[in-house]
Amino acid sequence: MDPLRQSPSPSSSRASSPRTLPCEMLGYVGIEAVLDQLKIKAMKMGFEFNIMVVGQSGLGKSTMVNTLFKSKMCKSTMPGLGVPTPQTLQLQSVTHVIEESGVKLKLTVTDTPGFGDQINNDKCWDPILGYISEQYEKYLQEEILITRQRHIPDTRVHCCVYFVPPTGHCLRPLDIEFLQRLCRTVNVVPVIARADSLTIEEREAFRHRIQENLKTHGIEVYPQKCFDEDINDKILNSKIRERIPFAVVGADREHIVNGRCVLGRKTKWGIIEVENMAHCEFPLLRDLLIRSHLQDLKDITHNVHYENYRIFRLNESHVLPRGPGWVNLAPAPASIPAPAGPQASPRPPKVCWWAKDNSDEEC
Amino acid sequence: MSSEVARHLLFQSHMATKTAHMSPQVFDNEEKQKKENTRSLAMSGHVGFESLPDQLVNRSIQQGFCFNILCVGETGIGKSTLIDTLFNTNFEDHESSHFYPHVRLKAQTYELQESNVRLKLTIVNTVGFGDQINKEESYQPIVDYIDAQFEAYLQEELKIKRSLFNYHDSRIHVCLYFISPTGHSLKTLDLLTMKSLDSKVNIIPVIAKADAISKTELQKFKIKLMSELVSNGVQIYQFPTDDETIAKINASMNGHLPFAVVGSMDEVKVGNKMVKARQYPWGIVQVENENHCDFVKLREMLICTNMEDLRDETHTRHYELYRRRKLEEMGLTDMGPESKPLSLQETYEAKRHEFYGERQRKEEEMKQLFVQRVKEKEAVLKEAERELQAKFEHLKRVHQEEKLRLEEKRRLLEEEIIAFSKKKATSEIYQNQPFMTPGGNVRKDKDRKNSSFM
Repeated sequence: MDPLRQSPSPSSSRASSPRTLPCEMLGYVGIEAVLDQLKIKAMKMGFEFNIMVVGQSGLGKSTMVNTLFKSKMCKSTMPGLGVPTPQTLQLQSVTHVIEESGVKLKLTVTDTPGFGDQINNDKCWDPILGYISEQYEKYLQEEILITRQRHIPDTRVHCCVYFVPPTGHCLRPLDIEFLQRLCRTVNVVPVIARADSLTIEEREAFRHRIQENLKTHGIEVYPQKCFDEDINDKILNSKIRERIPFAVVGADREHIVNGRCVLGRKTKWGIIEVENMAHCEFPLLRDLLIRSHLQDLKDITHNVHYENYRIFRLNESHVLPRGPGWVNLAPAPASIPAPAGPQASPRPPKVCWWAKDNSDEEC
Repeated sequence: MSSEVARHLLFQSHMATKTAHMSPQVFDNEEKQKKENTRSLAMSGHVGFESLPDQLVNRSIQQGFCFNILCVGETGIGKSTLIDTLFNTNFEDHESSHFYPHVRLKAQTYELQESNVRLKLTIVNTVGFGDQINKEESYQPIVDYIDAQFEAYLQEELKIKRSLFNYHDSRIHVCLYFISPTGHSLKTLDLLTMKSLDSKVNIIPVIAKADAISKTELQKFKIKLMSELVSNGVQIYQFPTDDETIAKINASMNGHLPFAVVGSMDEVKVGNKMVKARQYPWGIVQVENENHCDFVKLREMLICTNMEDLRDETHTRHYELYRRRKLEEMGLTDMGPESKPLSLQETYEAKRHEFYGERQRKEEEMKQLFVQRVKEKEAVLKEAERELQAKFEHLKRVHQEEKLRLEEKRRLLEEEIIAFSKKKATSEIYQNQPFMTPGGNVRKDKDRKNSSFM
């Protein structure tokens, strides 16, 4: 069973929940052993994670992925003299299974060489959006089969890391256009790439400007504010939101610094340690993506983005009977619809219906 | 260039485990993903995703857990008491009546919390099971209830705007079937009920009120029960033995099925402790003593070891079976006429058109029928009208004739009256001339006149 298909929240306020009576137990029963059962099951089944890296060539995407997962995931593409730059955007997916302390993780990294490299970059986001929709479509098709598999393979993109070039000024039009479109369909984590070309002060200024740009254009990057469940989440996520976008440096070579072996970039004026918080914010990115929010990324992809896609698809083809969830949207064009930004709903907070302004929906 | 190579070699040698050759498979986004071709990759350092199971567990803790138990058994066999004992709390106190005309299912949801785990427990009791004189309809309400929960989940899943993670899962995860401790064999009702439930829910049979059987009888009873179940093809829930950590204990527990349980919330002093037990004049049956009954085994199996697996089985096997049957019933298939895989939408579109056409046709038919009926009725009414008209004419004619006849008669009568009155007048005139003729002559004339008159 997909670990995502878990039991529902008991604190839901839906009318269909039955009236529950709180009961006192007079002694130990052993209910908390269910947590161990969960763990055992999860370890046996393994985890899946799909990440996509988007950015212009030369920003260090492949290196970053290698650094994140401490292994040679992607070949660092260094365009040699004879290799022409790709004319169109091609997406390349690489899948590996990595294991740590008994936990197996099937990791898929999708690279996007050629993004933003052409003279005319109009609609360069279409192949990417197309790829993301294709993964949703695959999952949807599997889900609506009559005889379904026990565990539907999850190839949906859980997180998209967007590399912003370190100009030091502000977001470029290409960045803004792309982020606007992408934030509606996938969790986006923007990072400032190659941050070793900016000083600390420049970094802070750049970061602030980017945050303002994002706010002006209504771009909600991960972690989205509307999905904060409770006060703890809020506090944790606000801290993260303050530092987004992270200024990162990637490196896959090791050097000796003060007797320790560290990953870093060696330059004539010093060695930039990747895992040193004083040098760059790579540890924050790694912690966010892997150590603390991986499950959350998957949850939001499954519960929000995938559901939105499903609603869009099913409305479009009038597949299912007009039940109470029927929404009469006007026929949307072939590309992803452009909903008007997230609406925060009171409770439960994980549900965020991205609604069209001019459609009447029953929530 | 050589320094690059040197640095590369350095990096390689620092890897934690040495793997000979790693060649990542590169996929185009057009190519289908081949599941078996993913290679393992070794990492050179600590990445940190070993916390993934903890992340998962944290999320589950936040969401809470849901568990639904169905208790099937005769009234008075100890279902409520056993549940109370299992979860160490007092859920309900009143006893059920024996006089219900039909089997009803009563569900009650409770929220339990142990350390940081919140459990939403739903207990469904069969009220009136086995009480009726005619027990033919006993198990149907149970089957219907289970199907209704599956149906509700299916409806939610098929909705366009759905929220499955928020949905209160009411599907039955386990059915505890209470067998009465006769010591002989399964009752027919038990067999029939279990047979009809085994493909819909995980069944765990328990021998209730096990303090009524002695140890030797119990062994024989258990063997008899299991052999009966097997020979009748009833599939009861087997504790899973695929995971090494729990395989051994599960396998041994499988051998102890069905569990002989005793339930009690009353505490009795044994030694210097208060334990849950039932006190008899000949001794005290301790609930949590493994020598006395299998209660501890049941609690461990049901709650501590296999709760997650029970829910998993319900979702991936029983629910999927129900879903597949239901969708096939609706006429949807995965393969189209040319045996090309059809998507659900195409099939449904086709079905929809078909039904639409069917509906149109039926409407036309009804219209035709209606028009025809109207015509018929009209004809009948016209006929009746005509008849009435004819009668009316006839009667009128008769009436006219009658009238004429009567007129004729009246005229005759009147003429007679006139004639008579004339004669009367004439005779009166003759009377007024008394001296003209002798009385006799007058009289004779009178007689003559009278006789000629007559």
